[in-house]
Amino acid sequence: MPDRRVVITGLGMISPIGHNKDDFWAQLMEGRSGIGTIDRFDTADFPAKIAAQVNNFQVQDYILRKNARRMDLFVQYGCAAARIAVEDAGLQIKPEDVERTGVWIGSGIGGIDTFEKQHAVMMQKGVGSLSPFFIPMMISNMAAGQVAIMLGVRGPNGCTVTACASGSNSIGEAFQLIRNNKADVMISGGTEASITPVGIGGFCALKALSTSNEEPLRSCRPFDLKRSGFVMGEGAGIVVLEEMEHACQRGAHIYAELIGYGATADAVHVVQPDMEGRGAALAFRMALTEAGIKPEEVDYINAHGTGTELNDQIETKAIKDVFGQHSYKMLVSSTKCYTGHMLGAAGAIELIATTLAMKNSTVPSTLNLENPDPLCDLDYIPGPPRHKEINIAMSDSLGFGGHNAALIIRKAR
Amino acid sequence: MSVFEELKKIIVEIKDIPEEDIQLESKFAEDLEADSLDIVEMLMLLEEQFDIQIPEEEAAKLKTVKQVVEYVEARINENA
Repeated sequence: MPDRRVVITGLGMISPIGHNKDDFWAQLMEGRSGIGTIDRFDTADFPAKIAAQVNNFQVQDYILRKNARRMDLFVQYGCAAARIAVEDAGLQIKPEDVERTGVWIGSGIGGIDTFEKQHAVMMQKGVGSLSPFFIPMMISNMAAGQVAIMLGVRGPNGCTVTACASGSNSIGEAFQLIRNNKADVMISGGTEASITPVGIGGFCALKALSTSNEEPLRSCRPFDLKRSGFVMGEGAGIVVLEEMEHACQRGAHIYAELIGYGATADAVHVVQPDMEGRGAALAFRMALTEAGIKPEEVDYINAHGTGTELNDQIETKAIKDVFGQHSYKMLVSSTKCYTGHMLGAAGAIELIATTLAMKNSTVPSTLNLENPDPLCDLDYIPGPPRHKEINIAMSDSLGFGGHNAALIIRKAR
Repeated sequence: MSVFEELKKIIVEIKDIPEEDIQLESKFAEDLEADSLDIVEMLMLLEEQFDIQIPEEEAAKLKTVKQVVEYVEARINENA
């Protein structure tokens, strides 16, 4: 095992509940959901009319306007969150650091807004009217590409596309690149902007979205019997990962150490989870093994917890499989009832929530958990946030395609 | 709006530079730091604004603001 240790030194986000760590955390602690009625387009024909939208996003606060106009919204979110994370880390990228600093930012879907609009242009005015920027705005890797251009960093660069696990897998890949001595610093996470007619319509067609349109704040109900599906979110979560010595030498603030990563496949079905939760359990075990810790050492799991029956029950089953009796002693919560399901950004924003829970010794609650599903019988923290010292925590993501990813962090010491 | 005025507006939008930096004599690459994609986008916006077509082989010859203005004015006059 490589002895290079990896720490989290910067947190950045553009989210439905805030664009900096203080606002984000305050809203989690106050139990205020970011879910509301969609106002981006006319939802008259759509079964689902609710989402957790990013509000008050002024792109020019983060990126030059001339550059922003050639970026899809998911790239703008990614660049902005990267800027915030680098600033939070107090990271000055010097010429000698450029080749040892990389970017790995996933996206589940990529530039669907650009795709929809350009397709409409082509159907209306012909193929000659397609913008030369259609492809470079739309492709899913472009957040990683644009952040590297923005920061001028030439280290390892890429984008992992694993649907709802993209953010977790991307951070896991970045973690390995530092451990394996390919980079000293990685700016990593996920970004998504798919609250568009085709994006919402597509998930409606899958019958995956909650249609509790009359009660947006109560619509996302992970582990509750009255859940009705997930609620789409959007935004970006980016962390600065750094080799520990590198971080210590520059006197950086260390939030937590990233100690384990697991990534597996269900190999069963395109959208349904494995009914025994074997793929998820395998990912949890893989991460625990790499971390070199026992299941009983984990104090908190930030669950995928989408608020769909299959996810909640299977994820709970996988947790019980791996953690046994300890499952009932540890804390588990889902923060998707605050942020909506940010798809490719979900794993990243949830690792940030997990990191802040560790830092503040307080765990965000699961909202709207009023009638617990008997098959979901863990302590998901209904009611107010829970004060508890968190030494080790895990965040997991389970994506369409059967992708499972788990990340484990430990309190810095 | 004259072709020059329209073109200046488009370049300001694309390159985010002050309008007074754009002269008839300005060369796209050297003076305005416009790359090939900038020029393609600029010409597409002019095509739409003035309802003309600029064939690719003609577009490749247009290196200065003045050349574009004269070319577009000629196409508009043909249409008139």
